[in-house]
Amino acid sequence: MIRFLIKGLIRDKSRSRLPIIVVAIGVTLTVLMHAYITGFMGDTMEMNARFSYGHVKVMTKAYAADAEMNPNDLALLDVQKLVEDLNQQQPGMEWAPRIQFGGLVDAPDENGETKAQGPAMGIGLDLLSPNTKEIQRLDLNRSIIRGNLPQAPGEALLSENFSQKLGVNPGDDVTLIGSTMNGGMSIYNFTVSGTISFGVDIMDRGSIIVDIEDARMALDMQDGASVILGFLPDGFYDNHDAKQLAIQFNSQQNYDEDEFAPYMEALGQNSMMGTYVQLSEVWSVYISLVFIFAMSLVLWNAGLLGGLRRYGEVGVRLAMGEEKGHVYRSMIIESFFIGLAGSVVGTTFGLFFAWLIQVYGIDISGMMEGASLMMPTVIRTRITPVDFYLGFIPGLFSTVLGTALAGIGIYKRQTARLFKELEA
Amino acid sequence: MEIIEIKNLIKKFPVGKGEFVALRGIDLNIGKGEFAGLIGPSGSGKSTLLNIIGSLDSPSDGTVNVLGKSVGALSTREAAQLRKSSLGFIFQSYNLLQVHTVYENVEFPLLLLKYDAEKRKKMVMDALEWVGLTDKVKSKPPQLSGGECQRVAIARAMVKRPSIVLADEPTANLDAKNSHNILQTMENLNKELKTTFLFATHDEKVINYLHRKIFLLDGKVEKDELIRSN
Ligand SMILES: Nc1ncnc2c1ncn2[C@@H]1O[C@H](COP(=O)(O)OP(=O)(O)OP(=O)(O)O)[C@@H](O)[C@H]1O
Ligand SMILES: [Mg+2]
Repeated sequence: MIRFLIKGLIRDKSRSRLPIIVVAIGVTLTVLMHAYITGFMGDTMEMNARFSYGHVKVMTKAYAADAEMNPNDLALLDVQKLVEDLNQQQPGMEWAPRIQFGGLVDAPDENGETKAQGPAMGIGLDLLSPNTKEIQRLDLNRSIIRGNLPQAPGEALLSENFSQKLGVNPGDDVTLIGSTMNGGMSIYNFTVSGTISFGVDIMDRGSIIVDIEDARMALDMQDGASVILGFLPDGFYDNHDAKQLAIQFNSQQNYDEDEFAPYMEALGQNSMMGTYVQLSEVWSVYISLVFIFAMSLVLWNAGLLGGLRRYGEVGVRLAMGEEKGHVYRSMIIESFFIGLAGSVVGTTFGLFFAWLIQVYGIDISGMMEGASLMMPTVIRTRITPVDFYLGFIPGLFSTVLGTALAGIGIYKRQTARLFKELEA
Repeated sequence: MEIIEIKNLIKKFPVGKGEFVALRGIDLNIGKGEFAGLIGPSGSGKSTLLNIIGSLDSPSDGTVNVLGKSVGALSTREAAQLRKSSLGFIFQSYNLLQVHTVYENVEFPLLLLKYDAEKRKKMVMDALEWVGLTDKVKSKPPQLSGGECQRVAIARAMVKRPSIVLADEPTANLDAKNSHNILQTMENLNKELKTTFLFATHDEKVINYLHRKIFLLDGKVEKDELIRSN
């Protein structure tokens, strides 16, 4: 009986080919869409993590309350010891102390008079120690437009746009005017070693990047850091792991006694990024639902048409003594195999296209101007294990549902009526 | 021995708000091995009566016993069981499964009966032998002539050796030569296997073969002529 059904299925192209194509297209889109969103959202998250949030971020409890304001008067101290402790507690993770600060950058003329001036966002990070990972983490080498990376203390990178606005070239001196950790005014001179562009609008508007030791000197923050960014061992953000880590770390602290005790926050707990992380987690569910719904409609109609065409067959089978329930079930089973075939084909294509985009990427920098969230300018999909089975959910569900709905029409009809229609 | 017993059968169809009475009190008995036909003009109720006997439809009133079972009282499952084991159908438009071979079409009723492959093969080949189509086992219906299609349909109806074959206008789409051919085939099967045949027809060619002519008019038996007893 099964063989009989399968033969019918394979030979009757309109019963198999069209629905398989429909399912395959839907499944391809589902897989591609999911890989794209995983990739895009993942890249966006990783990018934000690398620039300012980390997978987890350690700061003082007091700093955390106002973190977006960069309140360096509440910064961490004894950072070296803290990093050592963290390394010991969480082997495999990477920890990067950062100083994030605001200030004015002043470009003097030959006489030391102000030529141009502009507000800047500053980042102090480890640029100079021999095995620093920060240069690679921010892809600084590839982001250089003119000049070089800082090679010695007292050197700084300016964003290319900013340097043009100020009329500053590599080799020129600039003055950073900011405030020290204790609220005093700080004035510190840097030599511009090079200019940089990340292709991320908010980073390119006005940034100054310096070695963290220079930043400590300039802002009077000996062995201090605004934050220590932590990165998970396999390099990708995992919301569950990161949150667990933060909870565990924080449970060891006593914030009632010490508001400067270190406090850990996972990327997903951050007020800005949290929503984004949540969104990326529910997205796959949404996409699947949308595709299940849309494809079920299409396949329901295809199923109805197929069903109408098959009244004759159904009538004959009933006449020969097959039970209605059996006919109905066999049509459902057929649709299951159609859905399976379509899902396999669709998943294959979906993974192939996703792989292409993962490897080659699509440049969308033109559309990203003025974005306030840090977003990557090249779309890259990311294939995750989910993509190997996700498409089967809408693929199978919609075919079976479509057939079930179409089949009810046949099922409910009086046997004799089916005959009238079949004789007509 | 009567294998079809009909007493005061009434069949009403709902039409709009009212109803249409298609069969108005039919009394009829048909015995084993008969070669009988329901004859009457279009709309006289031939197909309706045949469908009720075939347990595809149910009586509105009266009783219809087929092989000792009261058709009106059967559940859909029991009705399917009756059709599967004991009834064969032949239709005007053949209704073969288009994508399946001649062999597979004839085999289908045996699949429903869950016979094993060896037994099926023997029975299918026998049935195709009866209708003279052993050389077309691998053909599919679109490659066959109308007469060949109807012979496949006869083989399909006969393959499980049912007690009763119900044939609704089996020759309507066939020319004279093919009509005679399949009628002779059916008459032979009737003689050899003692299968009861009941036709619904207004085709003179068929009528001439019948051993018993039951004339219907407006849902009633008008005349019942026994031509030749078997
Ligand atoms: N499902 C139905 N609903 C309403 N009326 C019906 C239904 N089925 C049959 N009828 C009516 O019952 C009457 C008998 O129909 P039936 O099909 O039995 O005629 P018939 O003798 O087979 O005619 P023909 O030679 O044209 O096939 C017709 O008037 C038909 O319109
Ligand atoms: Mg009729």
